[in-house]
Amino acid sequence: MLTRRSETLNIALEEDIVRVRQNTRRLAIECGFSLVDQTKMVTAASELARNTFVFGGGGTATLEVLQDGGRTGLRLTFEDRGPGIADIEQAMSDGYTSGQGLGLGLGGSKRLVNEFSIRSKVGEGTTVVITRWK
Amino acid sequence: MERIPILKMGPFLLVTIQVDMHDRLAETLQRDLSDRVVKDCSRGVLIDISSLEVVDSFIGRMLARIASISRILDAETVVVGMQPAVAITLVELGMSLEGVKTALDVEKGMQILQRSLGIETGGDEDAHPAE
Repeated sequence: MLTRRSETLNIALEEDIVRVRQNTRRLAIECGFSLVDQTKMVTAASELARNTFVFGGGGTATLEVLQDGGRTGLRLTFEDRGPGIADIEQAMSDGYTSGQGLGLGLGGSKRLVNEFSIRSKVGEGTTVVITRWK
Repeated sequence: MERIPILKMGPFLLVTIQVDMHDRLAETLQRDLSDRVVKDCSRGVLIDISSLEVVDSFIGRMLARIASISRILDAETVVVGMQPAVAITLVELGMSLEGVKTALDVEKGMQILQRSLGIETGGDEDAHPAE
């Protein structure tokens, strides 16, 4: 698998969530995604960028265009060094909220993409990786 | 401070969201609308989201909250113009916008609001002159 291009954005301000959405849109178009697939990927990016900002206390989003044989994909990696998630299964369930009314972020995002993985350690931070293929 | 303009049209308020809103801007709009419903004694709120290419759970919840708050303040809310790709994504995300009235475009949204006030709409007025 080849990474055709990669860019990393800081998520330190609320406005950065908007920038993650806009750059994800641009790369999704570049990958040739349909409008519905673009919208799903951008929406998932928005949910996860907000999680990074609100729960992770900020972090980074890395956007990568992938080439795997004949197929093109977009991979987004969200990383923070926040408090981490103690119970990932609970955090993934719909309706779970840790106080800010963000009950659909993780579980909802997972449904919008082809591949989803999450790694988290209490006290060290959280990394979420999502990929959507054309 | 950046704000989304709210237009008054008779007993109704009209909002057209044309920018990719950051969260604080969405919260400001929610507050501004609640204030205006009371100040202008509005009976309906029409929110046009046809320019929005993304409605995530935060914006979805904001729309639902505006509808709930308005209802308590005796005003009806109609969200109009949602793009099909946005609707598909919202449902998959797990948001069904329960309790939020929707219409395909501004015209149909206005009809819903007018009907809620018992105001006759369209050409019917010509056909049935005042008694």
